[in-house]
Amino acid sequence: MSAPVKENPVNKYLRMERMPSIWCPGCGIGTTVNCFARALDESKIPLDNLAVVSGIGCTGRVAGYLNADSFHTTHGRAIPFATGLQLARPDLKVVVYSGDGDLSAIGGNHFIHAARRNADLLVVMVNNFTYGMTGGQVTPTTFRPAIASTTPYGAFEQTFNMPMLADSCGAVYVARWTAYHVKQLAKSMAEALSKRGFRFIEIAAPCPTLYLRRNKLGEGLDEMKFYKEMSVIRNGVDTREVALDYRKEITVGKFVDRERPTLEDAMDQRYKEALGAKYVPYVSPGAAKSQA
Amino acid sequence: MSNATSSGTLTGSHYLDGDHACSEGAIAAGCRFAAGYPITPSTEVVERLAQRFPFVGGRFLQFEDELAASIALLGGAWGGAKACTVTSGPGFSLMMEHIGLAAITETPCVFINVQRAGPSTGLPTQPAQGDMMQARFGSHGDYRLIALCPNSPQECFDLTFEAFNMAEEYRVPVLVMLDEVVGHMTEKVVIPEDEELEVTERRWTKKPPGEFKLFAPAEGSLVPEMVKPGDGYRIHVTGLTHDERGYPKMTVPEHEKMQMRLWNKIVLNADKIVKYEAKDLDDAEVVVISYGITSRIAERAMKQARDAGVKVGSFRLITAWPFPEKEILQLSKKVKAFVVPELNLGQMVLEVQRIVEGRTKVIPVPHVGGTVHDPQVILNAIVGAVR
Repeated sequence: MSAPVKENPVNKYLRMERMPSIWCPGCGIGTTVNCFARALDESKIPLDNLAVVSGIGCTGRVAGYLNADSFHTTHGRAIPFATGLQLARPDLKVVVYSGDGDLSAIGGNHFIHAARRNADLLVVMVNNFTYGMTGGQVTPTTFRPAIASTTPYGAFEQTFNMPMLADSCGAVYVARWTAYHVKQLAKSMAEALSKRGFRFIEIAAPCPTLYLRRNKLGEGLDEMKFYKEMSVIRNGVDTREVALDYRKEITVGKFVDRERPTLEDAMDQRYKEALGAKYVPYVSPGAAKSQA
Repeated sequence: MSNATSSGTLTGSHYLDGDHACSEGAIAAGCRFAAGYPITPSTEVVERLAQRFPFVGGRFLQFEDELAASIALLGGAWGGAKACTVTSGPGFSLMMEHIGLAAITETPCVFINVQRAGPSTGLPTQPAQGDMMQARFGSHGDYRLIALCPNSPQECFDLTFEAFNMAEEYRVPVLVMLDEVVGHMTEKVVIPEDEELEVTERRWTKKPPGEFKLFAPAEGSLVPEMVKPGDGYRIHVTGLTHDERGYPKMTVPEHEKMQMRLWNKIVLNADKIVKYEAKDLDDAEVVVISYGITSRIAERAMKQARDAGVKVGSFRLITAWPFPEKEILQLSKKVKAFVVPELNLGQMVLEVQRIVEGRTKVIPVPHVGGTVHDPQVILNAIVGAVR
């Protein structure tokens, strides 16, 4: 007799009624979501207190699959939506989950400002080095000279080193993993969830349908083998040294972990200092439940 | 501001400009979240909110641009706060993206636009009413919303207050469309006691999770109730075409169902939403249709016309959108002409022409903006209409 089938422990973190997902076989996004579910499990954050905000694109669909209050917003604007939501609802844990095109191109300005002001957000960026949803165009993270549909003769621009960008703007937690590093990623996500302030995790992930195929790099599994062979864990390394390059070594690890007043704390502190007893602090509408 | 009540309402008689009166209208309506980006001639609204909010438990943040401000506003609104943002032409153009998102996600929120002359950077410090069609059609796709046009600082207070109530009532973005002159003119503004101000609170559902659908209309209504994140409902909100649970559902029947309800909740409630001010219509042969500062200029022309024996009446738009179609249609059957002055080269007049369908004369009185009309030009149009 076979053993009773146990429910997958991540199921309760997902909207199972929406499965299967839209993601292609071999895509790395689902793997990161699995890690995120395990991080939620480990961090014991009540699901009711979690809000997930996504932008547009393949990774932009993550919000819709998580069994939390979730918002699928406009292209590039997940961070300012989340900043507004977090300021209005300081009782919530707000997570932004989006892709490299969404966060580093169209949303780049919001990214640097949220890091600068230390908005209390965990920002998870799945970096598949392309715009998947629209058919594989070049992004600010596509390496020279990778082929994309809009760089048919190879990319020619310098890429963003996103951990360095986040670090230089003041992020309090910066890490990078790949879709191969599931244990480390889940642990890193749990650690980041327990912190306050602008936290950034970049995850290199395969896009077999567009990026890998177009560049003749094999299947999703081949890319996982590549991540395994080429990744070097260098915790605490200077983020100026972690730039990625085409088919070169991938520096992963936790690069930054520091404390700094959050946007909300800084705002409250300033008003208290300037106005003293006359200051009337904001009361979260979350204090009263929806049901009368 | 020492006489603000414990609720924050600045009860009493004040000498305020239109921009500041908008801020007070927002506070009185319960707005406690605002996101902004500086732009002339609207900045005074957010400056006052930034100054006043720490005394009334509100949160204001200046964002990196209008794209951010206009979606932070939606984040605040979904968090459960009453929220607004404020801008002018160039910023209004950037905010179109999130007026569309607010429309499809049925987010109650308020956008205040103090209009200046465009296109593009145009005349930053000078008035126009050139964003009226943009207010109606500016974001892509089909949707309806509400746009209000105050013509005095008092009405800036009254209509901003009303805008928040309407946003809750219909779960739509409500636009308060000032012009630079109304925004910067200073007049007496009377702010009532809290007891006299009827605030529409968010329609929180009483249904438990599992039974409640975030995009299913409430019984006997076209408007769904709401919940907040954190209450255990596990809501999903998307800018994609969605079903009543809020899940993406990109089929033609689902799209039609969603679109038609978004459309009808305004169109079929137009009688309840439409506001206007009519004057001297009983014997009128000519009716001046105007709004905002232009209505104040037209007043002088109408007085002079009456003094000269011309039977002229006034129909002042308070809601530009939805447009008072029924009222204009009825009037078109009994008057000889409509005269439509506005600080643009012909925007709301197109709506008048559409409704009148040639039944009576429609005389546009366009003005490129930068200044208000010379009343004589409006007077000439009125007199010419009955000649």
